[in-house]
Amino acid sequence: MDMSRNYFELLGLEPGYDVDLALLSERYRALQKEWHPDRFAHRSDRERRMAVQYTAHLNEALATLKSPLRRAQYLLLLAGRDTHGESSGQLDPMFLMEQMELRERLAEVGDASDPDAELDALAEQAQASMRTLQHEFVSLYAQSDLDAAEAVVRKMQFMTKLISEIEAAEDRLADY
Amino acid sequence: MAYSEQVIDHYENPRNVGKMDDKDDHVGTGMVGAPACGDVMRLQIRVSDEGVIEDAKFKTYGCGSAIASSSLITEWVKGMTLDQASELKNSQIAEELALPPVKIHCSVLAEDAIKAAIEDYRKKRS
Repeated sequence: MDMSRNYFELLGLEPGYDVDLALLSERYRALQKEWHPDRFAHRSDRERRMAVQYTAHLNEALATLKSPLRRAQYLLLLAGRDTHGESSGQLDPMFLMEQMELRERLAEVGDASDPDAELDALAEQAQASMRTLQHEFVSLYAQSDLDAAEAVVRKMQFMTKLISEIEAAEDRLADY
Repeated sequence: MAYSEQVIDHYENPRNVGKMDDKDDHVGTGMVGAPACGDVMRLQIRVSDEGVIEDAKFKTYGCGSAIASSSLITEWVKGMTLDQASELKNSQIAEELALPPVKIHCSVLAEDAIKAAIEDYRKKRS
């Protein structure tokens, strides 16, 4: 395994945002089997260590390419843009306002007359916004408008956080 | 990660949580966010005709340090002039709350929020 190759090359996929997730899993499983540390149990220390390293690298590749947010961040990284920093950058005030409202609605979900329905509506809205952002990213990235693509990724970061909080709220609701 | 006592105090008893009418021309609203953690913060100030901050409110969706930072800054700015408030630095918040290095950005967010609120107020009045 050549760890200097990017994740797309590693998994034999066409580099780009639209990833065939079934093919990704398939390629991942094949490589994972090939490099599974158990298969190196009787090999030298060095080979065993390398198998562990490769497997970790492979897992990171899978996690990165599977996630809609991390995949976009990775494509930007390949284009020389690191969006993992903490700097707040320029954020659209309207977008922040909308985020604030969505977080407020989520915080008050328990007070709704039908919390399940409210949570479903919220999840649907968040997923729809995330899909819109993904479409925007694809076309901006294709046009090499990296500044705008970066701005979309920042929005995706908030939306991803919101979606994970909605999912956590769904789990809590299901526990009752 | 262990939070300092100061952070826990503000987190458990946040001061000045709430909302003001952002259409009121004595109110300035600052909205900021940190993409890396997905935190969002709204900070509002009510300013007297003499340019003194009479009241401040915030709402933060984020981690304990972000909540504590915004809670603390709303306490501090009350009674300050706009110029005094705009000179507040995130390092003062970080020091007061004993924030660890990985949480410094939460205090930056609070500083950005008060600056945005002041700017919004000044834009409204100009």
